[in-house]
Amino acid sequence: MANADRVFAALNDPTRRSVLERLRSGPKPVGEIARGLPVTRPAVSQHLKVLKEAGLVDDRSEGTRRIYQIDPKGLGAMRAWLDQFWTEALDAFAAEAERTAKKEKE
Amino acid sequence: MTTQIRPAPVRKSIFVNAPQAHAFEVFTAGIGRWWPKTHKIGGSDLDKPVIEPRAGGRWYQAGVDGSECEVGKVLEWNPPARVLLAWQLTADWTYDPDLITEVEVTFTPEGSGTRVDLEHRMLERIGERAETMREAIDSPNGWGLLLRLYSEASAE
Repeated sequence: MANADRVFAALNDPTRRSVLERLRSGPKPVGEIARGLPVTRPAVSQHLKVLKEAGLVDDRSEGTRRIYQIDPKGLGAMRAWLDQFWTEALDAFAAEAERTAKKEKE
Repeated sequence: MTTQIRPAPVRKSIFVNAPQAHAFEVFTAGIGRWWPKTHKIGGSDLDKPVIEPRAGGRWYQAGVDGSECEVGKVLEWNPPARVLLAWQLTADWTYDPDLITEVEVTFTPEGSGTRVDLEHRMLERIGERAETMREAIDSPNGWGLLLRLYSEASAE
């Protein structure tokens, strides 16, 4: 299951970000994704695998081809986003609770 | 093969160096004092979230101009140990009365303070509203936000 670290790690690569950008316009087979990118097709497949494990893309078979698309429900991204959000929120909450608890003691 | 992804709940724990009742109070009644400013549901910078302290209470964002934007509601109210909230925001942070995801927060005394556990669950329900998701992915707050967050983090 995707978590924020995994998503950010997956995005920590300019080629993978290019791959994602290409998928924003719709589902595509590997060959089409690789076209124009300065890396080999197997390398693109490897990048797609990392993106898939992070929950950012999904794939399906169409005849002999494999078609990749951005996770149609966007839930990998959504979850990563909430994960990040609650981390920030709870840190802020803890800081406020501790600040005011100290004051009450004084 | 499965196309519907069922995301695991988001789970967070934090230790707070404060008594249980105080932690509960700050989380609920004091939510306006710590809620991150990153995401505003209303239009104003000065919007503050409010949780009405009872079962069935509203959870909304109050603007200085008197406007109020719903976030969700209190499903269960068990001070000082637990609160169960409904988070009714879609992926683009708009309120949807038909969408309910649960945020359960428990406060457990531990040593000199309190352990706070938060679980945000039923996230697949957000995905069920797929047309909204599609837009959210393309909106500046969806994919755009994620990529921006990432680049800011990596620039540090």
